[in-house]
Amino acid sequence: MPDPVIRPDTPLLEVEGVRTRYGMIEALRGVDLSVHAGEIVTLIGSNGAGKTTLLNTICGEPRAHSGTVRFAGQDITRLATDRIVRLGIAHSPEGRRIFSRMTVYENLQMGALIADPAHFQDDLRQVFTLFPRLEERREQRGGTLSGGEQQMLAIGRALMSRPRLLLLDEPSLGLAPLVVRQIFAAIQEINQRQGMTVFLVEQNAFHALRLAHRAYVLVNGLVTLSGPGSELLANPEIRAAYLEGGH
Amino acid sequence: MMTIAPTSAPAGLASRLGPLARELGVTTFLGAVLFLPFIGLYSENLTSGLQLVKRWEDWAWAIGAVFVGRLLLIVWREWPGRRRSTGALGAALRPVGSFLRYNMTSIGLIALVLAIAFPLTSFGNRYTIDVATTWMIYIMLGWGLNIVVGLAGLLDLGYVAFYAVGAYSYALLATEFGWSFWVCLPLAGLFAAFFGVTLGFPVLRLRGDYLAIVTLGFGEIIRVILLNWVPVTHGPNGVSAIPRPSFFGFEFSRTASDGAMTFHQLLGIDYSPLHRVIFLFYVILALAVLTNLFTQRIRRLPVGRAWEALREDEIACRSLGINPTNIKLSAFALGAMFGGFAGSFFATRQGFISPESFSFMESAVILAIVVLGGMGSQVGVVIAAFVLVVMPEIFREFEQYRMLVFGAAMVAVMVWRPGGLLAYRDPTLRLGGKKGRVAPEGDPA
Ligand SMILES: Nc1ncnc2c1ncn2[C@@H]1O[C@H](COP(=O)(O)OP(=O)(O)O)[C@@H](O)[C@H]1O
Ligand SMILES: [Mg+2]
Repeated sequence: MPDPVIRPDTPLLEVEGVRTRYGMIEALRGVDLSVHAGEIVTLIGSNGAGKTTLLNTICGEPRAHSGTVRFAGQDITRLATDRIVRLGIAHSPEGRRIFSRMTVYENLQMGALIADPAHFQDDLRQVFTLFPRLEERREQRGGTLSGGEQQMLAIGRALMSRPRLLLLDEPSLGLAPLVVRQIFAAIQEINQRQGMTVFLVEQNAFHALRLAHRAYVLVNGLVTLSGPGSELLANPEIRAAYLEGGH
Repeated sequence: MMTIAPTSAPAGLASRLGPLARELGVTTFLGAVLFLPFIGLYSENLTSGLQLVKRWEDWAWAIGAVFVGRLLLIVWREWPGRRRSTGALGAALRPVGSFLRYNMTSIGLIALVLAIAFPLTSFGNRYTIDVATTWMIYIMLGWGLNIVVGLAGLLDLGYVAFYAVGAYSYALLATEFGWSFWVCLPLAGLFAAFFGVTLGFPVLRLRGDYLAIVTLGFGEIIRVILLNWVPVTHGPNGVSAIPRPSFFGFEFSRTASDGAMTFHQLLGIDYSPLHRVIFLFYVILALAVLTNLFTQRIRRLPVGRAWEALREDEIACRSLGINPTNIKLSAFALGAMFGGFAGSFFATRQGFISPESFSFMESAVILAIVVLGGMGSQVGVVIAAFVLVVMPEIFREFEQYRMLVFGAAMVAVMVWRPGGLLAYRDPTLRLGGKKGRVAPEGDPA
């Protein structure tokens, strides 16, 4: 299959009219969005809006029953998950899912499984620079880490595969505000220092929107709003729906 | 601990007397109900037909035994000062376990040297070497199944099928075509691996219990095929006169067939039937060591890591670009391959095989060795194989009680060492109490 010609403005990730069902229930009802190289794009939505389903659909499990997902111009809608990940999409799944019986170091090794071993040391250095806590706890078992450390490990593990696109599913879930700030600072650093493209899915709208170049709002499986992060942050509707109580 | 217990325990005990008495009563009642059909009523096959014999006295004795046993258990459990120290067996084994873990390489080497030297010492007589060979076979089978169950976490209840495939492929190739053991050995492994892939491909999507049922069925299917495909497998009669292995072409016999040289002539020593027994022991030792080294090595390679990761969290694995089906297949195929090697060794050692040797019981014993040894623990397999295979052999006179002891041992391990005798990988977690046991959220059921 010849590579489609990639125009400079081709988004790295392009989701077009994606619908995903669980049995009879349609969790995504035609989602359109795009992520360009170098951006941090955020998708906010309340619990059950379909955020996780969207990330999982991008990774091919569950599969979209209509619509297309393109990565760097290539249609990946029908590819198997491992193929998709090997194309350069790293997915830090909901609930972190680190390997609790393996050490921090082994978890990071698992992340690097599909990467060129020649880069392993460099990448490890980079992760440890980003999260010095992980280096201190290198030999500790994943299951004994604190929630924040587990999240750092989940992100670090995803980075070890040298992705072009990093998908993060609610990295702030269940973390104390101070830790949340650290995590988001790290995400920003990954984006600015390494030029990593990040697609971040969050309920924690305040932090996520402040960080994002662009953002989408997902309600009941449909994108209802989009725009620059700062714009959405100022939007009264958004403030009422997602930021009540303030942070 | 000692100072607090005596003062607080009696008071606590008094308030619990009621529940304790009830516990005792319930147990005794259950015993009475269960033993009624098992012991109280006994059907005897007399010439006049089936006769129901009533053995009330035996029944009473059995109930009494349950009563006394439970009473002792309660007293032991509630004994002041003992209550807080959890599981004596567990506490005793823990330091042993960590000692073994940290000195694994040296212990392994010492064990290997001892194993090599043993047949040549005065302990090495025909009986002991035979028993040791059997032990080795089960160690090898345990290590092979360990790849599947212990490392990859796939519950395989039909492992004996691969053992059978290996045994029959050697037996048939050797008797029908006269192929030598050393040619058939790798072939047997390949065949078994092939069967592993064939079975694995459709079923590895299944989870836990379903996989167990399908593998159980597969084990039985292979046995039934061996039993009924008479033109090829000779059915229940089995395959006999399977050639014994030679020492690189030199036979182990008193006189060589048609002008060839025998092993004892080669070395210029007197003929002894023990030579072959010793040689067989060395062959299985080498095969077992090969299995072990291979497992040690592959565990550190990406695929081995992926097995372990898969056992922990399949979804996370997929998000890291691992293809679960391929990884599981590789574990299944490799485990099967070692089962096949062991099978062909079994065939050449016995000289005769029949489907009877490959019953479900065999799978159960091998699985018990892996589980009892502590899933994933290589040393655990050695110890468990000793307990489950060698001890029953040594205490052959107590044959009747074998299954009883077997069951009791399994229950004891499950109670005191739920992770197996030498639980692999998580001693610090277990010592730390509950904290380490947190399962990943949404654990695939
Ligand atoms: N495996 C599943 N089976 C059936 N329904 C599901 C499944 N996963 C999610 N859903 C449903 O799909 C909708 C979207 O869920 P999800 O994507 O997890 O939302 P979010 O991540 O935004 O909280 C919810 O209504 C949820 O109940
Ligand atoms: Mg979610």
